[in-house]
Amino acid sequence: MLELNDLDVALRVGGRMRRVLSGLSLSVAAGEAVGLVGESGSGKSMTVRAVTRLLPEGAAVSGRIRFDGRDVAAMDAPALRRYRDRDVGMIFQDPRAHIDPTYRIGSFLTEALRVNRGVGPAAARRQATELLAAVGIDDPERRVRQYPHEVSGGMLQRVMIASVLAAEPRLILADEPTTALDVTIQAEVVAILDRLRRDRGIGMLFITHDLDLALAICDRVAVMYAGSIVEIRSARDLHRSACHPYTVGLLGSRPSIQARVDKLVAIPGRPVSAFEAPPDGCAFTDRCAHAEPDCLHGRPALEPFNDGLVRCRRVADLAVLAESRPESPAAPPSEPAAKSVVEPPAESPAEEGTQP
Amino acid sequence: MSAEALSVRALTKVFRVADAKGRRAEFTAVNDVSFALEPAGSLGIVGESGSGKTTVARMLVGLEPATSGTMTVLGQDRSQPARKAADRRERARQMQVVFQDPYTSLDPSQTIGSAVEEVLRAHSALTGPARTARLTDLMDQVGLDTRQTAARPRELSGGQRQRAAIARALAADPKVLILDEAVSALDVSIQAQVLNLLSDIRAATGIAYVLISHDLAVVRQLCDTVLVMRKGEIVERGDCANVLDHPEQEYTRVLRASVPVAGWKPLTSARQAEPS
Repeated sequence: MLELNDLDVALRVGGRMRRVLSGLSLSVAAGEAVGLVGESGSGKSMTVRAVTRLLPEGAAVSGRIRFDGRDVAAMDAPALRRYRDRDVGMIFQDPRAHIDPTYRIGSFLTEALRVNRGVGPAAARRQATELLAAVGIDDPERRVRQYPHEVSGGMLQRVMIASVLAAEPRLILADEPTTALDVTIQAEVVAILDRLRRDRGIGMLFITHDLDLALAICDRVAVMYAGSIVEIRSARDLHRSACHPYTVGLLGSRPSIQARVDKLVAIPGRPVSAFEAPPDGCAFTDRCAHAEPDCLHGRPALEPFNDGLVRCRRVADLAVLAESRPESPAAPPSEPAAKSVVEPPAESPAEEGTQP
Repeated sequence: MSAEALSVRALTKVFRVADAKGRRAEFTAVNDVSFALEPAGSLGIVGESGSGKTTVARMLVGLEPATSGTMTVLGQDRSQPARKAADRRERARQMQVVFQDPYTSLDPSQTIGSAVEEVLRAHSALTGPARTARLTDLMDQVGLDTRQTAARPRELSGGQRQRAAIARALAADPKVLILDEAVSALDVSIQAQVLNLLSDIRAATGIAYVLISHDLAVVRQLCDTVLVMRKGEIVERGDCANVLDHPEQEYTRVLRASVPVAGWKPLTSARQAEPS
């Protein structure tokens, strides 16, 4: 449904062009949830902006973005409006910045229905209350009369989800939708988004810095570094057998709620953006424990490996290394396993508590 | 002198607020909170928005006077604000704080080295080469090189700034370090570096930590004991691993179950899990 092919994006910053995406290729099938995970500057939010043609002025874009085979870059104004209004729905981190504070929640929800769908006022009101109930908001009759400032951030994010569902999009672009929320509220909002999306067969591109969260709710997860994808595979496989050194490092960096480790696997240095990465060679080389002199030359391609795609020229060597070792290279054998080698989730104590 | 690094008894904070009709009302942000921290101990205070954890931190470091209750640091009472500059300096030497955003707690026009040295000048008897040597030690300890020591905050990344803030806090040679969401804003790979750094520093110096955080995994990694707060009150406390593995209170269970892990099925409603 959504297809990004060899996408390069550069932004104009202070008169200079700075590359933020570099050879990004990604697809989202109808009804599929794909997670896009990365640290600051990895380009994950710029990917969403590129998909919706909301990049800052003066941005240079090459490569192709297709939605249902249509070239997004070639859309004229009416086609672009239809695409943004009806095909894709967007949920952002801060709903307060994206919902007009002078509109009542009911008007905010009915506006899109009436303008874009031609629904009559009474029917729109009824649909708005139904949608609020669907996203788990109690007493929707009262809520539609309230203003955004009168409700909490978690509730407003649910209003945002309701407004996106109202447009009946084929694809939801969710950019850190729960990052600003408390953890219990995040769990609720994610559960609602997940359920409604599945029930309606809506695809989703879920942008987050939280690899655990992406693994928990997405079908496939793509890990971004310096403006391109370094690894993509099914959430289940990525959790158990990540192949790219950066993915392995990320999995080991995050402390686990299940056990303390003596030392977290800290990746040395800091994450870089595409424009900071060396023009030649693998962008992760200077932070990678497995880098060889050859890694400094020629950009590795994103190639199939173990049912996924990996951008690392040493991936086959490293997989052999990992197999010959009983434990993760990150964790000495005596201590609790680092996350990348955590036992199948069914055995973890967390699982029991999480079942509704 | 008490054996405890930090002791808090019946700490309460009531804010005067205006209700919906503009009438005077009271809001109890922290209610009857007591805890103690051993020297070299590490206590996590976890909670969500409105739990009162930040207000506790602000009272601990003297940014907010307590309405009632007592606080002692190394056996000395500090329930009331310090009146004299010498008292304030003494208190600062005992307890330091690292905030979430080091960018707002470092002077943008001052180099990192100068910011740390300023604290050494105020709190230690070291002079000349001895002070310079101590500065170098501190920067080594937090992993900043000479170029970064000479840099101003905006020239550093978020992780490096947070290291600088930690070095500055350690320069006073405190016995207690308050970490108020100190790793929350960092990228995952940087957060791991800073968490490892904090563990190493505690092992090396015997400093005690109070970590205020919403992140249960970070608390488990860094803390021995934990307090779970909700709506201004402590709902559960104890050994960190024990509380997280075998929570006794329903709220702790919900909090624990809300953390995504592989194979996680989000609760459809956290409210359903509350006792009826």
